[in-house]
Amino acid sequence: MAALDRVKVLVLGDSGVGKSSLVHLLCHNQVLGNPSWTVGCSVDVRIHDYKEGTPEEKTYYIELWDVGGSVGSATSVKSTRAVFYNSLNGIILVHDLTNKKSSQNLYRWSLEALNRDVAPTGVLVTNGDYDREQFADNQIPLLVIGTKLDQIPETKRNEVLTRTAFLAEDFNAEEINLDCTNPRYLAAGSSNAVKLSRFFDKVIEKRYFLRDGNQIPGFSERKRFGGGTLKSLHYD
Amino acid sequence: MSFLIDSGIMVTSQVLFFGFGWLFFMRKLFKDYEVRQYVVQVIFSVTFAFSCTMFELIIFEILGVLNSSSRYFHWKLNLCVILLILVFMVPFYIGYFVVSNIRLLHRQKLLFACVLWLTFMYFFWKLGDPFPILSPKHGILSIEQLISRVGVIGVTLMALLSGFGAVNCPYTYMSYFLRNVTDADILALERRLLQTMDMIISKKKRIAVAHRTMFQRGEVHNKPTGFWGMIKSVTTSVAGSENLSLIQQEVDALEELSRQLFLETADLHATKATINIVFDRVGKTDPVTRGIEITVNYLGIQFDVKFWSQHISFILVGIIIVTSIRGLLITLTKFFYAISSSKSSNVIVLLLAQIMGMYFVSSVLLIRMSMPLEYRTIITEVLGELQFNFYHRWFDVIFLVSALSSILFLYLAHKQAPEKHMAL
Repeated sequence: MAALDRVKVLVLGDSGVGKSSLVHLLCHNQVLGNPSWTVGCSVDVRIHDYKEGTPEEKTYYIELWDVGGSVGSATSVKSTRAVFYNSLNGIILVHDLTNKKSSQNLYRWSLEALNRDVAPTGVLVTNGDYDREQFADNQIPLLVIGTKLDQIPETKRNEVLTRTAFLAEDFNAEEINLDCTNPRYLAAGSSNAVKLSRFFDKVIEKRYFLRDGNQIPGFSERKRFGGGTLKSLHYD
Repeated sequence: MSFLIDSGIMVTSQVLFFGFGWLFFMRKLFKDYEVRQYVVQVIFSVTFAFSCTMFELIIFEILGVLNSSSRYFHWKLNLCVILLILVFMVPFYIGYFVVSNIRLLHRQKLLFACVLWLTFMYFFWKLGDPFPILSPKHGILSIEQLISRVGVIGVTLMALLSGFGAVNCPYTYMSYFLRNVTDADILALERRLLQTMDMIISKKKRIAVAHRTMFQRGEVHNKPTGFWGMIKSVTTSVAGSENLSLIQQEVDALEELSRQLFLETADLHATKATINIVFDRVGKTDPVTRGIEITVNYLGIQFDVKFWSQHISFILVGIIIVTSIRGLLITLTKFFYAISSSKSSNVIVLLLAQIMGMYFVSSVLLIRMSMPLEYRTIITEVLGELQFNFYHRWFDVIFLVSALSSILFLYLAHKQAPEKHMAL
């Protein structure tokens, strides 16, 4: 098990939505006891079986990079954060189901990570066509996760879930809604676990396999959306 | 009749200020958060509106607009309302929101909020004892008592902030010039940061792999539990678990290092990008009269002193007020962004409203110094027989103390930084 291949997945979202709890849950299958503010970036590793249960099963490392901060930070903070966005293979967008602003900010988060930062305007455009155009030709798989599901009262649940379904559609991504303090939402065999597995499989496929199913030998050029940069400081 | 017109003007201007405070709250302070409790927004806007009205009344005083008796009435009214807000409402709501953040005390929120408020009132009252602020002629619950205490707190706050600002701004300017950050520096630091992250990742991979093999082998618990577990762990030492705790410690140390590196990188980026504007303190004596004195006595220019002093003092006081409000709002916004989160945002906004209110009240006290004699009367009349000289002297003392301690603090912080750079 010495040298497994690896992929890098970013976990983005406003502060306080529960990214650190989510990452801890995904990697250790345990609830995080004492969540505190994330300064900079915290990384964790999950071992994932690609195509589990089939003869082509292979184990990969999935690095989950949990980048802290707020989407309205100063440009200097944003350029500091940008160093973590190099050579990413997938993005998990996390929002708080009880806080509508955090869901709206996901557009700006994803644009920041995909290196197309739009100047912040007072009103966010949520017209379906506009957004689909932005994300239609995106090569990096996205996953939308809504947290704090337990804090939504039963009566409002349908309304909230419809809203998040629209959100996930805009990103052309799957969505999962859960409560990070309860591991049963990601129990093996549940639909959430299946979606998660599918997402990670997709990330691994995009990174390591060509369209015709052959594995990319070794290390090919990194597909960074929006053009390459001169900073390739990430060594394998 | 004129009283009605004057009141109409005052009310209109108050509504305008309220709207401005509301907009500021929505657009700048809370633009990344969701407003769930409208009470907070209302209180903030109301505090802002009444604070600005006080400044407006000073300007009206100088300009001679409105009837003087209606001005006096509005002064008194304004002061009463502001004191009511600062001493009763805002502290109570701060206590209420702090309590509602703590899960244990959820049931009896109101009760605990009242308890907190009573504690605040007790300390607030005790605050007045060591200071020679009042002549003993006045009763317990009079305006003078409350204002004197609010004034002390506000003046202390202003002096602390001014002292720190006076020292910090030249220091940051100097460090911008001396450090001369280049792109190569930033790149080198970023490379270090990414290398640290890679080291963390490789160690975490080892831990994850070890956990997984242990899990597959059926040894789920690797921590010895119970008496026999401990005895067993002495004889049959599991090499894996010892290794793991060592690696975990290394990971913790590396994570701490990565945080430090990240903060340093952010700092370098900020140094490269921004320039700050500093608001300098104006002189102590009544500048208008002094300026006129100088021009008349030394430069021999003759002009109508009475006419000009009114206009110049108006302009000067206006500038002080506007820059003061603007500087305060900018600092509040920066502070708010830096320390708030979605849980504590309500409490922090209320604290900011409290500080803003106290700051404005004490600004009125101190502004008296910058006004020529004939305009000082209204403030003296309205605020009663406070010992104004005490406040001025208190401000100077605290300003000096704050400036000296900022110098000490910055010196110590500066000493630590080059040591870190040398360890590169």
